[in-house]
Amino acid sequence: MAAVLESLLREEVSVAAAVRWIARSAQSSEDDPGEAAALSSLRPLRKEFVPFLLNFLREQSSRVLPQGPPTPAKAPGSSAALPGRPGGPPRGGRGARSQLFPPTELSSAAAAEAPSARRGGRRRGPGPGRERGGRGPGGLEEGVGGESQPWTGGRRSRGAGSPGSPSLVRSDPPNLSNLEEFPPVGSVPPGPAGTKPSRRINPTPVSEERSLSKPKTCFTSPPINCVPSSQPSVLDTSPWGHGLPPGCRSLQEEREMLRKERSKQLQQSPSTTCPTSELGPPLPSWSGNLTAESADPARVSSRQRLELIALVYSSCIAENLVPNLFLELFFVLQLLTARRMVATKDGDLEPSPGAPDSLESPLFQSVHDCVFFAVQVLERQFQVLSYLDKGTLKLLAENERLLCFSPALQGRLRAAYEGSVAKVSLAMPPSAQAVSFQPETDNRANFSSDRAFHTFKKQRDVFFEVLREWEDRHEEPGWDFEKGLGSRIRAMMGQLSAACSHSHFVRLFQKQLLQMCQSPGGTGGTVLGEAPDVLSMLGADKLGRLRRLQERLVAPQSSGGPCPPPTFPGCQGFFRDFILSASSFQFNQHLMDSLSLKIRELNSLALPQPEPSDEDGESDVDWQGERRQFAMVLLSLRLLAKFLGFVAFLPYRGPEPPPTRELQDSILALRSQVPPALDVRALLQQGLRARRAVLTVPWLVEFLSLADHIVPLLDYYRSIFSVLLHLHRSLVLSKESEGEMCFLNKLLLLAVLGWLFQIPTVPEDLFFLEEGQLDALEVDTVASELGLDGMPVVDQHLLYTCCPYIGELRKLLASWVSGSSARSGGFVRKITPTTTTGLGAQPPRTSQGLQAQLAQAFFHNQPPSLRRTVEFVAERIGSNCVKHIKATLVADLVRQAESLLQEQLVTQGQDGGDPAQLLEILCSQLCPHGAQALTQGREFCQKKSPGAVRALLPEETPAAVLSSAENIAVGLATEKACTWLSANITALIRREVKAAVSRTLRAQGPEAAARGERRGCSRACEHHAPLPSHLISEIKDVLSLAVGPRDPEEGVSLDHLEQLLGQLGQTLQCRQFLCPPAEQHLAKCSVDLASLLVADHIPVLGPPSPRGLERGQARRLLHVLLSLWKDDFQVPVPLQLLLSPRNVGLLADTRPREWDLLLFLLRELVEKGLMGRTEIEACLGSLRDAQWPKDFSEELATLFRLFLAEPHMPEPQLRACELVQTNRGTVLAQS
Amino acid sequence: MILTKAQYDEIAQCLVSVPPTRQSLRKLKQRFPRYLNGVGRNGAAPVLLELANEVDYAPSLMARIILERFLQEHEETPPSKSVINSMLRDPSQIPDGVLANQVYQCIVNDCCYGPLVDCIKHAIGHEHEVLLRDMLLEKNLSFLDEDQLRAKGYDKTPDFILQVPVAVEGHIIHWIESKASFGDECSHHAYLHDQFWSYWNRFGPGLVIYWYGFIQELDCNRERGILLKACFPTDIVTLCHSVA
Repeated sequence: MAAVLESLLREEVSVAAAVRWIARSAQSSEDDPGEAAALSSLRPLRKEFVPFLLNFLREQSSRVLPQGPPTPAKAPGSSAALPGRPGGPPRGGRGARSQLFPPTELSSAAAAEAPSARRGGRRRGPGPGRERGGRGPGGLEEGVGGESQPWTGGRRSRGAGSPGSPSLVRSDPPNLSNLEEFPPVGSVPPGPAGTKPSRRINPTPVSEERSLSKPKTCFTSPPINCVPSSQPSVLDTSPWGHGLPPGCRSLQEEREMLRKERSKQLQQSPSTTCPTSELGPPLPSWSGNLTAESADPARVSSRQRLELIALVYSSCIAENLVPNLFLELFFVLQLLTARRMVATKDGDLEPSPGAPDSLESPLFQSVHDCVFFAVQVLERQFQVLSYLDKGTLKLLAENERLLCFSPALQGRLRAAYEGSVAKVSLAMPPSAQAVSFQPETDNRANFSSDRAFHTFKKQRDVFFEVLREWEDRHEEPGWDFEKGLGSRIRAMMGQLSAACSHSHFVRLFQKQLLQMCQSPGGTGGTVLGEAPDVLSMLGADKLGRLRRLQERLVAPQSSGGPCPPPTFPGCQGFFRDFILSASSFQFNQHLMDSLSLKIRELNSLALPQPEPSDEDGESDVDWQGERRQFAMVLLSLRLLAKFLGFVAFLPYRGPEPPPTRELQDSILALRSQVPPALDVRALLQQGLRARRAVLTVPWLVEFLSLADHIVPLLDYYRSIFSVLLHLHRSLVLSKESEGEMCFLNKLLLLAVLGWLFQIPTVPEDLFFLEEGQLDALEVDTVASELGLDGMPVVDQHLLYTCCPYIGELRKLLASWVSGSSARSGGFVRKITPTTTTGLGAQPPRTSQGLQAQLAQAFFHNQPPSLRRTVEFVAERIGSNCVKHIKATLVADLVRQAESLLQEQLVTQGQDGGDPAQLLEILCSQLCPHGAQALTQGREFCQKKSPGAVRALLPEETPAAVLSSAENIAVGLATEKACTWLSANITALIRREVKAAVSRTLRAQGPEAAARGERRGCSRACEHHAPLPSHLISEIKDVLSLAVGPRDPEEGVSLDHLEQLLGQLGQTLQCRQFLCPPAEQHLAKCSVDLASLLVADHIPVLGPPSPRGLERGQARRLLHVLLSLWKDDFQVPVPLQLLLSPRNVGLLADTRPREWDLLLFLLRELVEKGLMGRTEIEACLGSLRDAQWPKDFSEELATLFRLFLAEPHMPEPQLRACELVQTNRGTVLAQS
Repeated sequence: MILTKAQYDEIAQCLVSVPPTRQSLRKLKQRFPRYLNGVGRNGAAPVLLELANEVDYAPSLMARIILERFLQEHEETPPSKSVINSMLRDPSQIPDGVLANQVYQCIVNDCCYGPLVDCIKHAIGHEHEVLLRDMLLEKNLSFLDEDQLRAKGYDKTPDFILQVPVAVEGHIIHWIESKASFGDECSHHAYLHDQFWSYWNRFGPGLVIYWYGFIQELDCNRERGILLKACFPTDIVTLCHSVA
């Protein structure tokens, strides 16, 4: 590989040709024959060139960025091709990190170099600051990793901290696993012409049992557990559930082992140490290095060589030959902001005079070189830079080194900054909102049984209770999801027995997920289809300021390097942990089904159509809406897909790939026959064909990012990766032509794909190997019309929302400005969408034939808002039409049914026969009338739609367009309504009639009288009557006084009694506050009161002492009661209680017994028609059965005779009254 | 009347000098034979009531226990709850005349429990709901009441759901629940668990009016979406339709 670079440097080959050679396997006709010859001999190495170049650059820069952030990605074997370098022993088995990019085919030419190439791998481990931890210059671990490398002295002092990327320093502990990188300080360099350094890109974790096969951790970002505990949100972001992933745990063990190793080393070679504390904070002695060296263009060494390599490098970036565009940009910015060159001790850095332009001498000999190189590359990447957010542009434009090295670039950047509107800000996260109860889906009719309905009711409450508790407590140190909530969640899941309950719960879960987590931070975002929150609607200036202040206060810190592993930030963590804790197979299955469905639905949602080039403001307003809608859909899809991926691959997940080839093969054989949870390949192909990659690919990436290690090896997914790689390669940013994808759309895809290629589970060799199969898919992406890809649907806001890691660029630049690594880059904030918009459900286009085509054509040349309006109107009017029919036609039929039923009941007697049979008869009579629904529905749509369309369309809409739009709306609405009606009207009538029948039959029951004719209070009533509760309370007091026990002087005044009955009358007349139970109790209390009056048990206050009432007074009071019972009570009064043994028994205690009041009462009852004679006779009869003292029985018998002796008064209404009273009796017994 | 927790605790201490505890119940069991002796001597004497007073137990609850025992002895099978409730409501149904009188006496003399008191409580609750409804109508706030909600199939129904949300003291209100009682810690927590959070889960933030006041410290879920008031709020902000 180096040979290629060498020949470039010697100008044997032009850069253009070289890049062409790298990018395409076939030779191009433009190539110079000489060049072709030079290159063709190197052909087998073609694939390895880019990885080589990347590693070469990383390596060369290592002294400048000793603890730099994790720029080097998965780049394969680094210095494999450097001449004169002794090959190291091959290392590791498959899947070892050291083999990130093992050469695939070992051709004869490459064979010799293969062993050393294998040793390559990533140079920089997951911990970019891994060498920071207080280690002295050089390392002590030489030999611990099992591999001893001769080392050039120049590499030694890397331990000196450069604050290149403070944020990463903060969160990234030293990665001690990379032992080979730390040779003893005292080791003598073998000489300038000696071996070249070999730098590993990956950490080499030490493991007792499997030292050769190392666990894979995410390359470019810090191991998750290494983050300081003050950052719970980051801690919480492990994709694999609670606590620390096993990989990380092992890293800690390794660290422990390393510590031991080191102390051993210390004893062996004390001279190599420098007095630093292990794993301590940066040492004071470093502070001198914190000030940045100033860079001077005049002091750049070997300018030409740097220019050339910068050109090759830039070309590779431009051609998308590098896996991750933003990673490279990050690296370049690191070079730009390099603080100072690490001082050398042995002068190894002096350019060797013999070969000034060869690879023998270091590429970057000073900070000046680095900055020069960086600016060279940046100049060629200006286009990408100009699309970054305003903040980044500002920092770039203000960078003094950039100004110094390339005033032209600085000028362009400044101009770009000034023209940029790409402000990316953070929305205030609204607090969690619950999914609202929707009667259409949530009421009893949607459940199989009452039990299921009530279970779900409880579950909803438990779910939110758990959620609230999580919100309150998940940030508390020591709180554990599983411990705190696990058992409650499982208990709740255990109640979900029926499949239908599962689907209900999953619906709730998914809605809540979307509602809470659409934004990447997961705390905010408005739910799809719901109005933005009130604050954003108000939009006042002060509020804006307040919001910005809040942003500053709540902004979370770094997203974890330029290539963070997939995480579940914020609220997403709750849902992930919920799934894990629930550990319910049924739930997961239902969830997958539901997520898949929703993904399909959203993925195929009709999104903005190309707008005619209308330059006025209106279309711009429309576009804002379209963009918002697109962003909403995209973010929802990404969230759903992420969770689908999480659940789908949950059973297969593990921290490590299978240890042996055999095991892997057998797993592959097994897995290859399992159908995918969602046919993402088909959706991807559809998306590409319809030119909707910008929508499909980002969510697919989320889905794949949660795949397990085996997935990329399965044929099905392998083919998906091929397509994605091909797509990645084809998204050349500089190509801008008609029908090309919009720039920001491309940038978004490049960012998400680049990120995907860095995920630990994606095989490291994938990116550089798949090339061969790429061409096959080219034809697929040919599209007939302009799809979403060609429309500017992505803006910076969405880009940063989807790829928060791009913000790392800004953070890097800002830390350069701040100049202090102590202020560890806390200013990169989470980006959440500020505004959201609802997605109106779009009606299915059911109309067919020529008319439909004409309608489609009509819309084609109209603004999309017209179409949306018409579809919306049609949808709503159609739906209202159904409701209208229900309220008019069906309601009429129900009334008919009720009167028919009444007739039936009259002719057939009270019970009316079997309800089911009755229903059948009624339905057979009424359902035929349902046919009218269609005509009436048509009329309704005809009448209502045009007005609605007219109101919603702009006034200048041409008359013809308007009337067409109206007609289409009428047609669509009618179609929708009639389709529904013709299918459902009979069932609807049946259902309503059935409800009416059961209502009527129930109304026949005993409570009919209570419910029947309730009168309200008179119109003039001002509701000043005493409150029922007060009256009951007062009467209760009288009763308790009467019943005793009481003090001798206690009693009731007659006035009070009269007043009380007067008040009772008022209350019963003003019915404002009266409810049936209160009235029933009042009735019963009044009866009790009457009984006490009759028995003369009420102690009346008065001179001289408490005594009984005079007979006349008692009669007066009884009269009042009788008229209240007759005229004012609207509930049945339990008058028969007057003759209950208990109340009559009260008379037994009084001496002498007074029977005349009872007789008076009975007569009055009959007189007023309150009780029938026969009823009274029955009561008296049953009284005789009770046990009484002998004399009492005799007196009772006399009363009986007296009552019977009275003339029988035949009153016409008597019979009816008796009936009513009988009913009253049963009411009481039942109540 | 809004009390601080400290004030409330002081009052509660005075009110309940001896709690009706298990110990009281044990005493009660020992005294059960006394009832029979007592009524044997004089059926009209307030034996049961005095018994209840003696063990510091609510008379109507005492009546219920005695009635349960009575029915158990007379009918072998343990009586169902509904039978007992019905007999307490209408002591005439109690087969034993003396016991019926005793039970009746207990019930009319009980100020805290029993069917009559329950009814009074219920009536007070209803009256306040009516008051609240009037206030809502007066303010021109359209709402759905419990019955309408139930008819639509809602599984949990606050007293009123506002068809258009309003803001009270800066908090969004979707529903209003009327509580004609004093909001003490115990009842409020029970209400939160059984009602208020359930409403929040379905309808979003809302307002609870404790007409007889509440402990100030309990009004701590405002930000979460449950606002407490002791009267109908005065500063209601409604959505302005005129804003363009």
